[in-house]
Amino acid sequence: MHVVVFTRSTPDTAAKVEVDGSGAVIWGNAATVVNPWDEYALEEAIVQAKNGGGKATVIALGGEMHNDALKHSLAMGLDEAIRIDDPELDPTDSLAYATAAAAAVNKIGDVDLVIFGKESVDVGTDQHTYMLARKLGWTMLSYVSKILEVDYAAKTIKVEKMYEQGKQVVTSKLPAVISVMKEINEPRYPSFIGIRKAGKATIPVWSLADLGASLPDKKVDVLAFNNPPTKDVVVEMIEGEPEEQAAKLVDKLLEEKVL
Amino acid sequence: MSVFVWIETFEGKASPTSWEALGAKSTLANGLGTDVTALIFGENAEALAQEAAKYGANKVIVSTDATLKDWRVEAYAALLTKLVQDHKPQVVIAVGTSRARELLASSAADTDSAMLTEAVELSVDGSRVKVVRPVYAGKILSDAAADTANGTVFLTIRGRAFKPNAINEGASAEVTQVDAVATEDSLNTKVEAFEASTGTVNLTDAAIIVSGGRGMANNPKDPPDGVADPAVWKAQDGYANVLQPLCDVLGAALGASRAAVDAGYIPYAHQVGQTGKTVSPDLYIACGISGAIQHLAGMRTSKVIVAINKDAEAPIFKMANYGIVGDLYKVVPALTAELKKRLGK
Ligand SMILES: Cc1cc2nc3c(=O)[nH]c(=O)nc-3n(C[C@H](O)[C@H](O)[C@H](O)COP(=O)(O)OP(=O)(O)OC[C@H]3O[C@@H](n4cnc5c(N)ncnc54)[C@H](O)[C@@H]3O)c2cc1C
Ligand SMILES: Nc1ncnc2c1ncn2[C@@H]1O[C@H](COP(=O)(O)O)[C@@H](O)[C@H]1O
Repeated sequence: MHVVVFTRSTPDTAAKVEVDGSGAVIWGNAATVVNPWDEYALEEAIVQAKNGGGKATVIALGGEMHNDALKHSLAMGLDEAIRIDDPELDPTDSLAYATAAAAAVNKIGDVDLVIFGKESVDVGTDQHTYMLARKLGWTMLSYVSKILEVDYAAKTIKVEKMYEQGKQVVTSKLPAVISVMKEINEPRYPSFIGIRKAGKATIPVWSLADLGASLPDKKVDVLAFNNPPTKDVVVEMIEGEPEEQAAKLVDKLLEEKVL
Repeated sequence: MSVFVWIETFEGKASPTSWEALGAKSTLANGLGTDVTALIFGENAEALAQEAAKYGANKVIVSTDATLKDWRVEAYAALLTKLVQDHKPQVVIAVGTSRARELLASSAADTDSAMLTEAVELSVDGSRVKVVRPVYAGKILSDAAADTANGTVFLTIRGRAFKPNAINEGASAEVTQVDAVATEDSLNTKVEAFEASTGTVNLTDAAIIVSGGRGMANNPKDPPDGVADPAVWKAQDGYANVLQPLCDVLGAALGASRAAVDAGYIPYAHQVGQTGKTVSPDLYIACGISGAIQHLAGMRTSKVIVAINKDAEAPIFKMANYGIVGDLYKVVPALTAELKKRLGK
């Protein structure tokens, strides 16, 4: 029994991210952090591997920047970390990502559960998870807020999952790919010993050749990044007693035609 | 050759933003010189087909198979993938709700096709479809493109970024009924139960949002004796009896900051921001919210922002169009009363 979880590094959510003169995205010297949504996925991987008497492996695809997220994962208590990197692997190509990620899951073997966070907080493409599930031919259970039951012997899982209109209780066969919401758990902090261990760990890097993966043609071109037009709002302060403020504000909102 | 638009439904009704995809799709179909086919799966699909015609679909493909009654991506994706393989549409488009993103990405993977998500602008250049999409929580805009000459392009658009077409009452469309691809036996998932979300208005569909932050805990009302956590009680009472009445007059959805969610004042479903919902209403009223960068990330594209905060230095005022320095527990009830009077409610 093996649980695999995917993660990546993202710029700190408080960072001032912008496009520089050369068209590159920069965030000054702000730190990179583990994608905040993935903390729930990492926690769940640790818990599920323990419950199933198996191992939890964390994988990131991309350059060295993602070692930060992998080290954080190891410090939290993941058993193993792997980075997949190859000059041919374009980080903006989701189809390639899913193809390589599926090959990695197959290479590890004996995997019953793949866990993701809800989305990448930076590029927020929200598609890698579903694409990987289809490339593996496994069931996809998205936006899981609670795992109600897992039977690793019978290979079944029962979860609560959400979408805008409500919450479904779904039973499914394993193996499955799930994405988890923050309701699912309370992620642990890395322990002091964990941080020391992670600091010393060397993270193996798998190439496409190691995976025996051949990638589909690239179909999407990212053309450019731009800073959004600056919204020159000058705030209009509304003075007076609450009743006067309310009346003046309603006048303004009627003028703006937003009511 | 066609442009396909998936119309998301729930309990036999089209989701409110669904028709926006037909609006956007018309831009595309004109650019690509094709017609527009609406895809409607599940309960009541046939009746909705006529509605789709009024919103601009030339053709409609419906499937009302029992396997499509509950939302299950495996059943929906099997059908969409088959339709894409059979008809080779240039584009498949839908409004980027959680179900749409999952469905389109699944079929894009099945068919090794391009997938562009969260478009806020769309254009066509020859056979290429170009989009603008916000990334890094809206701090940056990314231009991306995919060529329909290389196969179907799957595309999701951000809700409320495009307008639906005006309704044409006289329009009709050719409707084709198709069978589902998956059978109940072949599906791995069973839906055992469903619990509809509470709350009247969905945040991402809302034209107006009223949000409350940590400041909600400064409710002057005294909690009854024996309440475990007075701050939680005060905030919850404030959402229910001060913000909700304002939502009711405005037909608004109720939002919150993460600090309020983390403190247990209100469920996570209401959270606006980088790790909550991204919203883009016409009017956003922030009450007792300081305006942290992660909160602004989720609501910065609102058309008009009003901030009510007792601290004149709160960063939210830098993003707001209108600001009121004051106690929300005084200002909001006054605003509700004034609106009732002026809107004749
Ligand atoms: C990874 C990460 C992700 C995050 N994601 C999100 C997110 O998605 N959404 C989000 O909102 N935050 C998010 N945050 C948290 C964010 O940084 C702030 O902590 C949070 O937004 C603060 O919420 P607040 O404004 O309600 O609280 P505070 O910052 O405590 O502000 C409360 C405000 O209420 C005012 N106030 C108090 N009493 C009254 C009163 N009676 N009348 C009027 N005003 C009053 C105060 O003056 C103050 O300005 C995230 C943080 C991190 C690290
Ligand atoms: N390069 C990557 N390596 C590992 N995990 C990733 C990568 N890109 C995205 N993910 C994960 O996929 C999930 C969905 O991300 P996205 O589709 O980018 O919104 C999140 O849990 C991400 O952490």
